[in-house]
Amino acid sequence: MASKKFNYKSLARGLISIALFIVLWEIGSRSKQWLGADICSPLRGVLAALGFKTAYLPWVGAVPAPTEVVRAWAGVVTDLGYWHSWYMSSSRVAAGFIAAMLIGIPFGLLMAVNRTAYGMGFPVFEVLRPIPPLAWVPASIIFWPTQEMSIAFVTFLGAFYTIVINVVGGARSIDGRFFQAAESMGSSKADIFRRIILPGTLPSIVVGSAVGMGITWEVVVAAEMISGGGSQVGGTGGGGLGFFIWNSYVGGSYEQIVVGMISIGIAGFISSELLRGLGKYVTPWLRLR
Amino acid sequence: MSENNTSRPVVAAGEITVTGVSKNYGEAHLEREVVKDCTFTIERGKLTVMIGPSGCGKSTLIRLLAGFEKPTTGKITRDGIPITGPGRDRLVVFQESALFPWMTTYDNILYGPRARGEVTEQTLAFAEFLLSKVGLQEFRKKYPTQLSGGMQRRAELARAMINNPEIMILDEPFRGLDAMTKELMWEYYSALYEESGRTNFFVTTDIDEAVFLADRILIMSNIPTQVRATLEVDLPRPRRLADMVTSDRANAIKMEALSILHEEAMKSFSRGSKAAADFVEAYTKRVVKT
Repeated sequence: MASKKFNYKSLARGLISIALFIVLWEIGSRSKQWLGADICSPLRGVLAALGFKTAYLPWVGAVPAPTEVVRAWAGVVTDLGYWHSWYMSSSRVAAGFIAAMLIGIPFGLLMAVNRTAYGMGFPVFEVLRPIPPLAWVPASIIFWPTQEMSIAFVTFLGAFYTIVINVVGGARSIDGRFFQAAESMGSSKADIFRRIILPGTLPSIVVGSAVGMGITWEVVVAAEMISGGGSQVGGTGGGGLGFFIWNSYVGGSYEQIVVGMISIGIAGFISSELLRGLGKYVTPWLRLR
Repeated sequence: MSENNTSRPVVAAGEITVTGVSKNYGEAHLEREVVKDCTFTIERGKLTVMIGPSGCGKSTLIRLLAGFEKPTTGKITRDGIPITGPGRDRLVVFQESALFPWMTTYDNILYGPRARGEVTEQTLAFAEFLLSKVGLQEFRKKYPTQLSGGMQRRAELARAMINNPEIMILDEPFRGLDAMTKELMWEYYSALYEESGRTNFFVTTDIDEAVFLADRILIMSNIPTQVRATLEVDLPRPRRLADMVTSDRANAIKMEALSILHEEAMKSFSRGSKAAADFVEAYTKRVVKT
C-alpha cells in the first residue's frame, strides 16, 4: 500500500486560482485609478440602456482592495481581541458540533435499528427539522441561562439535523445481504450492530459531519451577529468572528469586514480538512480503490 | 476425517429433505405459485447442483432452504429436524459478493468464528489453510474493493467454509465472472469441496458448471418450479477442466441435460416466455454444430 505521491500539479492549480482571484479583485476595485478609465463603465452603460438605474447597480470599487485588506489584517494580527474572536467562534463551533455528534449519532442509530424509536422520534424530528437554526435564536436566548449557551445551542442545531438524517439514511441503506450473511454465520444482534451497522453507517456519519460542520460555521457567525455582541463590549461574553464583522461594519471599517469574512473562510476550511482527515482515517476501506 | 492433516473441526455432514414444498406469493387472485410440489433430497456429503432456466424460482427455493422464508405447504427437514429459521448449520453464499467492505480479507474470513466467540488456535490454523487453498495469502490485508471479482468470490468461499457448516448452499456464486475466471473458480471450488466432504447445494444456470461440479444434477422446470429430472454424474474426482472437455461421458451427460432443458424451454416458449426463446435459439445452434 504505497502512499500516494504528493500532487504538486493540483497544488499549483489551487495556488494559481487563488492568485488569479486576488489579482482580478485588486484590478476590479482599483480599475478607475489603475487603468485610467472605468473599465466597467461600458458594461454599466449597457445595463443602464436596458433600463436599470445606474445608481442601483453594484460596483466592485465599493469593495476594499486586497492590498487594503492585507494592511488592515496586519493591523489586527497583533491585536489580542482578533484572536479572541477566533477562539470564541471556534470553541462555540466545537462545543455545538461535538454535542451534535454525541447526541445525533446515537439518536440516529436508535431510530435506524428500532422501529418503535423511529415511529416515535421521526415525526417530531421531521417537524422540527425545517425550522432554520437562526429562528431558534430568540427562543434559545429566553431558554438558556447564559448567552454563551444559547449560541452553542443554536450552533448545535445546525449540525444536529444533518448528522441525524445522514445516520438514519446511512444505516437504513446498508445492503440487506450483509445482514443475511452475518445472521447465517451465527452473529448475535449486538454483534451485528457492532460489526455491520456501525461500520456500515460510518461513511454516512463522516459525510453528515462534514456537511454539519459547514452549517455550524454559517450558524455561529449569524448567531454572533444577532446576539453575540452589544452589551458586553470588552467583556468576556459575546465576541467571535461574527461579532468582529458586525462591529467593523458598525465602526465603518470596511477592510476589517473582509478580514473577518476571510478569517471565517479559513476557519471553515481548516475544520473541514481536519474532519476529512479524520474521516479518511476511520474509513480506510473507502480510500483504497 | 482423521487422515486429514488440516485442522478442520469434525462435524457430521448434514442432509436436507424437501417434501412436497410449494411457495406462493401475493394475496387472493394475485397469488402466484413460484414453487410447486417440490420433492428432492440433498444427499449427505454430496455436491448437488440445481439447474433451471433463469427466473424459475431457484432463488426462492434457496431462501426456503436457508430458512429466511417459510414454505406455503410441505416441509423441509435437516437430518429429520424441521427447518424453522436461519441457522449456522446451513450457510448461504449469495449470488453477488456480500463480503463486508469495511473488513480486510482476513477479517472477513474470520467473521463467523469471531461472531460465535470460537477463535481458537485450531480455527486460526484453518483460516491459514483456507487462505492458501483459495490463493489469497498475500491479499489478507486487502479490502474487498482492492480484490478482483474472482478473488472476492474465493474470499467469500473461504469465509463460508471456515464455519464448517453441515450444509453449504451456494446461489449462483460465480455469476457475472468472465468465462476464464469462472473455470478457474470451478477448480478452486471443487478442490475445496473434495477436501471437505461436506454436503453442498449449488444453484446455477450454467450447464457446463453443473456437469463439472456435480455429483447429482437436479433439473428444474420453468415457473412454478418442480424437479423435472435427476441426473447422476459419475465422473471421477478430482476433476480437471482438460479431462472434462475430452470426456465422452461428460459430454453425454451434458447433452442429456440440455435436451431436458430444451423441452422445458419449448414448453415455456409456447406459453410466451421471451427468455425461453433465447434458450431455444441457442440450443438449436449448438445441436446443429455438434
